[in-house]
Amino acid sequence: MSTITSGISQAIHLIVTLNPDVMQIAALSLYVSLIATILAACMSIPLGAFIHFHDFAGKRVLIVLIQTLYSVPTVVVGLVIYLLISRSGPLGFFGLLWTPEGMILGQTVLIVPITTGLVISALGSIDKNISDTLVSLGATGFQKVVQIIKEARYAILSTVVLAFGRAISEVGVAMMIGGNILGQTRVLTTTIALQTGLGDFGFSIALGIILLVISLIVVVIMNLITAGLSFDSQWVLGGPRS
Amino acid sequence: MGTRGSALLIRISGLFRRAGTRNILDAIDLEIRPGEIFTLIGPSGSGKTSLLRIIDLLDNPTAGKIFFDGTDTAATNQIRLSIRRRMAMVFQKPSVLNTTVAGNVAFGLKFRGVEKIEIGTRVREALDIVGLSHLSDRRAVTLSGGEMQRVAIARALVTRPELLILDEPTANLDPVNTEMIENLIRRIHQHFHTTIILSTHDMIQGQRLADRIAVIMGGRIVQVGSIQDIFYHPQNKDIARFVGIDTIVKGIVESNDGGHAKISVGTAVFEVITSSKPGTPVSLFIRPEEVTLAVKDGDLPKTSVRNQLAGTIIKMVPFGPFIRVTIDFGFPLTSLVTRRSSDELSLGVGMAVIAGVKATAIHVIPDSE
Repeated sequence: MSTITSGISQAIHLIVTLNPDVMQIAALSLYVSLIATILAACMSIPLGAFIHFHDFAGKRVLIVLIQTLYSVPTVVVGLVIYLLISRSGPLGFFGLLWTPEGMILGQTVLIVPITTGLVISALGSIDKNISDTLVSLGATGFQKVVQIIKEARYAILSTVVLAFGRAISEVGVAMMIGGNILGQTRVLTTTIALQTGLGDFGFSIALGIILLVISLIVVVIMNLITAGLSFDSQWVLGGPRS
Repeated sequence: MGTRGSALLIRISGLFRRAGTRNILDAIDLEIRPGEIFTLIGPSGSGKTSLLRIIDLLDNPTAGKIFFDGTDTAATNQIRLSIRRRMAMVFQKPSVLNTTVAGNVAFGLKFRGVEKIEIGTRVREALDIVGLSHLSDRRAVTLSGGEMQRVAIARALVTRPELLILDEPTANLDPVNTEMIENLIRRIHQHFHTTIILSTHDMIQGQRLADRIAVIMGGRIVQVGSIQDIFYHPQNKDIARFVGIDTIVKGIVESNDGGHAKISVGTAVFEVITSSKPGTPVSLFIRPEEVTLAVKDGDLPKTSVRNQLAGTIIKMVPFGPFIRVTIDFGFPLTSLVTRRSSDELSLGVGMAVIAGVKATAIHVIPDSE
């Protein structure tokens, strides 16, 4: 019991004093997962749009496959990426193992199925009438696709936020590809795993609290976006309710 | 809005659309003239929407040809796009995009690469025409059904289409909004001389708006003509029923004296105008508003009304400001009377009345069955 209370008081102290180690670890976590999320979004939106707007043999199977990968274990992604980028692997010459860039690659691979799959369903949820309306208004094929993606913007944005949540909270890829090297690839989740093993509970609890705060922020953003789907977005954001 | 020397804006020939083995559209031939309001009427599920979507080049026919202003529309995507950009369609269920009202109206112009400043001016104009200027900055998804339909019309109008296609534009609206939309359609037509194709299942609306009417039933165009043709000279019983002719009775031509014929229906004899020869079995179509009622007292009144029949009221059904009165003469005959005249004559079920129908108000077709 006293380990927990002393751990919590130490954690609060570390956060309040903006302990440089804690801040550096949190910043790297944010950096890696944000970049991975942005990369995944940049790939998934065109890819998801391509799959949604084209009919081809095996489309259903492909979507089922993508959905299966939503819950792929992070250590499996870690293993596959490790094999690809380790010195003797086919991508070994890039020297990505034990680097933040390697972790970004791993997390991108981890979340691309989620963003792609959910982009496909977001586009699918746009009423067929909208598509007909756009075509009837004289849209080219490309103009129609762009407009439908814009129409699905809230659903797509919440997908991206969800994917960020998965990236920042995962430990398998970060550990196996980053290696938890102090000052280089040590992120929130890997530090918690390590410090807990070493009995340094205060540090772990501090990082755990930071992770939870990030999760809270993610949830708040999600809620704001979902509110954007309804008529009351401006009101939620504090603006006028017309 | 020139039509480049073509006398027809749309020419459709031998058009089919099949779903499996069913013909949704069955051998459609149709011609739309520039500048007219052409109304497609038919019951729900008769193929109106399917036909309009093919005309708007949203769907392809299974077989047959459509020419727009003389150009075959079975062409490259580029040509189809340029033809599609000369028309605009308003759908039965209006759908707006999740942006402002003005943003919604601007889409067609944005797609055509019109300059921003001009888009602004033309969007304001279009919103002004439909009376929604004050809602320009509102999020379109917050509008009522009637307002959304007006946005859809403004959005179609703003591109200055040569052909405006309206698919049951008032089907989901209340009477007040329906009247507003109808007036709007009339105003657009007067102002811009836009050719309009309109579909409706409401034959009264067809009557109010159309220059010409086509009746579509079961995927086939069964009759094309003026309001007069369709409502007073329907070509068959199905059309007659659809356009509101309650009384359809079978009879035999007894005599014909230069077009003035006597036709017996059961024990009654009608005088009608027809070229049918004696002995021919025929059907008589009588519109309910053409049947006048009088209370029976003593001798029959002397009027120009040639057909006077004595019968008994068997049913009275309120119908808006009117009452549909069904009278039995050995066969049922329906009359549409105003509530006021019903009150004045104190009509009631079981009462004996005289029904009058002018010879010219009875439409006769030879009986095919």
